[in-house]
Amino acid sequence: MAIDAATVRKVAHLARIKTPEDRLEPLAQELNGILKWIEQLDEVDVQGVEPMTSNVSQPLRLRDDVVTDGDKVADVLSNAPKSADGFFVVPKVVE
Amino acid sequence: MTDLTKLTLADAVDGLKAKTFSSEELTQAFLTNIEASNPTLNAYVEVTADKALEQARASDARLAKGEGGALEGAPLGIKDLFCTEGVQTTAGSNMLRGFVPPYESTVTANLWRDGAVMLGKLNMDEFAMGSSNETSAFGPVKNPWKSKGSNADLTPGGSSGGSASAVAADLCLAATASDTGGSIRQPAAFTGTVGIKPTYGRASRYGMVAFASSLDQAGPIAKTVKDSALLLNSMCSFDAKDSTSLDIPTPDWTQSVGQSVKGLRIGVPKEYVLDGMPAEIQKLWEQGVEWLKAAGCEIVEISLPHTKYALPTYYIVAPAEASSNLARYDGMRFGHRAEEFTSLDDLYATSRAEGFGKEVQRRLTIGAYVLSAGFYDAYYVKALKVRRRIAQDFDNVWGQVDAILTPSTPSAAFAIGDKQIDPLTMYLNDVFTVTTNLAGLPGISVPAGLSADGLPLGLQVIGKALDEATVFQVAGALEDAAGFVAKPDRWW
Amino acid sequence: MTDNSKLIQGRTGAWEIVMGLEIHAQVASNAKLFSGAAVGFGAGPNEQVSLVDAGFPGMLPTLNKYCVEQAVKSGLGLRAQINLKSQFDRKNYFYPDLPTGYQISQLYHPLVGEGVVEVEAEDGSFFNVGIERLHLEQDAGKLIHDLSPTESYVDLNRAGTALMEIVSRPDIRTPEEAVAYVKKIRTILIYLGTCDGDMEKGNLRADVNVSVCRAGNYDKFKETGDFGFLGTRCEIKNVNSFRFISQAIQYEARRQIEILEDGGSITQETRLYDPTAGETRSMRSKEEAQDYRYFPDPDLLPLVLEQAWIDAIKAGLPELPDDKRRRFMSEYGLSQYDAGVLISEQAKADYFEAAAKGRDAKLVSNWVTNEVSARLAADNRDFSDNPLPAAHVAQLVELIETNVISSKIAKEVFDHVWNGEGSPAEVVEKHGLKQVTDTGAIEKAVDEIIAANPDKAAAVAEKPQAIGWFVGQVMKATGGKANPAAVNDILKSKLGL
Repeated sequence: MAIDAATVRKVAHLARIKTPEDRLEPLAQELNGILKWIEQLDEVDVQGVEPMTSNVSQPLRLRDDVVTDGDKVADVLSNAPKSADGFFVVPKVVE
Repeated sequence: MTDLTKLTLADAVDGLKAKTFSSEELTQAFLTNIEASNPTLNAYVEVTADKALEQARASDARLAKGEGGALEGAPLGIKDLFCTEGVQTTAGSNMLRGFVPPYESTVTANLWRDGAVMLGKLNMDEFAMGSSNETSAFGPVKNPWKSKGSNADLTPGGSSGGSASAVAADLCLAATASDTGGSIRQPAAFTGTVGIKPTYGRASRYGMVAFASSLDQAGPIAKTVKDSALLLNSMCSFDAKDSTSLDIPTPDWTQSVGQSVKGLRIGVPKEYVLDGMPAEIQKLWEQGVEWLKAAGCEIVEISLPHTKYALPTYYIVAPAEASSNLARYDGMRFGHRAEEFTSLDDLYATSRAEGFGKEVQRRLTIGAYVLSAGFYDAYYVKALKVRRRIAQDFDNVWGQVDAILTPSTPSAAFAIGDKQIDPLTMYLNDVFTVTTNLAGLPGISVPAGLSADGLPLGLQVIGKALDEATVFQVAGALEDAAGFVAKPDRWW
Repeated sequence: MTDNSKLIQGRTGAWEIVMGLEIHAQVASNAKLFSGAAVGFGAGPNEQVSLVDAGFPGMLPTLNKYCVEQAVKSGLGLRAQINLKSQFDRKNYFYPDLPTGYQISQLYHPLVGEGVVEVEAEDGSFFNVGIERLHLEQDAGKLIHDLSPTESYVDLNRAGTALMEIVSRPDIRTPEEAVAYVKKIRTILIYLGTCDGDMEKGNLRADVNVSVCRAGNYDKFKETGDFGFLGTRCEIKNVNSFRFISQAIQYEARRQIEILEDGGSITQETRLYDPTAGETRSMRSKEEAQDYRYFPDPDLLPLVLEQAWIDAIKAGLPELPDDKRRRFMSEYGLSQYDAGVLISEQAKADYFEAAAKGRDAKLVSNWVTNEVSARLAADNRDFSDNPLPAAHVAQLVELIETNVISSKIAKEVFDHVWNGEGSPAEVVEKHGLKQVTDTGAIEKAVDEIIAANPDKAAAVAEKPQAIGWFVGQVMKATGGKANPAAVNDILKSKLGL
């Protein structure tokens, strides 16, 4: 499953990381090196093995339906690059 | 008067209680040392002197009344991954430069509850991605240790490089750290300090900047095994705000340190013998086995057959989770926002390209790739299955052994710049530590000797889930046997 | 056999529409799905936002039990399988209304699995719509575009609110069926109390997946399960009224047919229905690279439920619309149509039942579905805030049943009662509207009218229908209070008919 420059471009877009065109090929090579190393996992027999998503074997805790948070607009906006009238402000979004 | 900064945490706490010195004096001593040392070592990204002295005076007032918690008046360093209310928290990234959380992480809140004093925020690899502290946006931390006969600056390891360096150079009594693949234990090993990653779920992740949620775990770096137990006592707690936090009591682990290890069965996994591993690492490991044998332990050779797959598994799971965890850094609500952009998408991509360093970008790209359509099963699901195999390896040996002994790292500290060419070489640093993250087990690194170059080397003790007590017990025995007292010669 | 009523004629032959719907229903909870911030409508910008909702570093989700319970309840209401073990996954994409860069949803292991919903078509026949799944997920925040010409404003109050997404099988074939299906789901959820169904506020909205195929291909798909027989689908996002659902589908099907008939092909994409223009258009912003990279959320553990808890929820379920309709038909002898109208709104059904106890149910049903419904509609109210006590309708019907008033006078009585003048009995008393059943009084009036109109009386012999004029005159003379049956009888005998 080798990666080419086009794949790097696509994945960089998925990850929203601007990548100059001349970086695509070197990145592809670098990632291929890592992926090739990763592919040694193919040696492992995982027939019938459940994927392990967590180290915690307990079920999910549930909380009561009580309002305990919110009403902190100042905190919510305290680090905003731009805000106005209680809103976050971002460049125009075209839907 | 003796240099207060050289005290252990336990002795300092006792001294404070006995009013041999005040917290303000102790804190001031550290601030003075930091002021002198930090421009060279770069361990702290921010020193909160005013806050520290204020906390110290409050502690002194409590101590005067005979009150105070388990860490009352003890000045600590905080890895800049823990959100601290009103104090900049950057996770070593330009993305979060200037970010001031309006909340406190549960781990640090526990420390303040117990009376600790915050000296400042400690440098780290960007978003904890790195093994040398070189990925930090604030520049690399320097290891106070140097190789015999060389003036080259060494890395303190990573990602908790600032924590390890600060503890080793007496810039705090002890420090908080975090470990996703070895980020507590590897820097501890590189700096002659003790670092423990507890069982996953012991320490709350609430307010800790996430790298890989299923692997991240907070823990201390300290000067002694007992100090690490004392600090871990405070750091751990059940926290309803973290769904993966375990609802179980936190024992007093200091009680385990110094207990006899007689009759304990210690596993030595044959798969941890690596091709090309330096002889001195092998020798240290054998020495550790001898010490424990002498202390009355039974040594059992064990097999953890999937060990060699742990690193590749980790380099799928961790980047995958990170690629999602770090999606929130988009320049919309906090963090860096690019000034020039052509569209909304371009704003995202430019802000993130400007805000994230190279290694973070690399891992986010890998993470997005292994989760993307067509590769999810082949990479991500496969890795999760191998992860279970790795965890099962441990499950299979716990009937035979009570703890496992391994080296902490495959080498001693290396020079800054040495391993930057090839990411894979860098990744190999975590070869002995990453298995416990994947399996959620506790692991501690104890300084056990010096390399031929005079650099500290560590041994790792791995325990059963929730059995930190045995880990501390064995670590204490190793510490006693090793009698490691070496300190770096002050050159900074 | 292909049902001809479901075909659309194009220039080059007949086509069929195939639809699957994703209904998003907001759980009526106090707090959000994964944070303790309030759920509500009308708060100031970002007031109902916790740092968890805003995706701050190190913030973690914790699951609201009530939301899980509501989803289970809804699943049981859809007669669907409840999965004792489910899991939350992250759906990754970047958008300014999505603070964490991912939506917590359930893709791989939803809380609720397969179910079936029986839907009544306009002609009274029933069709089944398969439910593929119901899962819990977070809603996104809101973008406001009209506060600045160059910037968008972000309000995260809605971000993190619990939604139930109900995904249907591609079993829906006409715009009418789509509307009937959404109405049915809405009714069920309101019955269960799991969603308030308020479409105006966006608390219930639908994504409609529309595709078209050549006549006959749908049957082939049904036989083989091969999606290749169906056309490429387009998803029309967030349609929030019944009218728009129907319009959007009609437009979209036409659009696709035209493209195909012109030799083009359909691009799978997300579209938005613009009610003003009456057309759907491509959402360019969401068009590209839809690779959501779903994976299990490592901040959350598997959701594991006890069968006993499910059983307890099941035991506490209210009577569902289908059961109520069947019971209304058997217990009250109502027609399927009348029963269907009554059960369409739970408050209406309850109102009917309260009024129908011991009364002529058919009559009560008529009053409820006609007069009461019309008055409420005129006042822009519904049965849940009906000012008229059910006991008044019961009493009105009782007065009719016992011949105290005529059906005609009952309308007048109703007017007074609606205007708040008291109970029907009080109104009848106050306005002297009691029906005249005293035959002496009626005979007197009849005699007077016949005497005053001899020519007309004679004509009735030739033309018996003309008796109607006499009935009218008698009613007029008695102020409408004469019993119409008695008037008829007396007139007939006096006029020798």
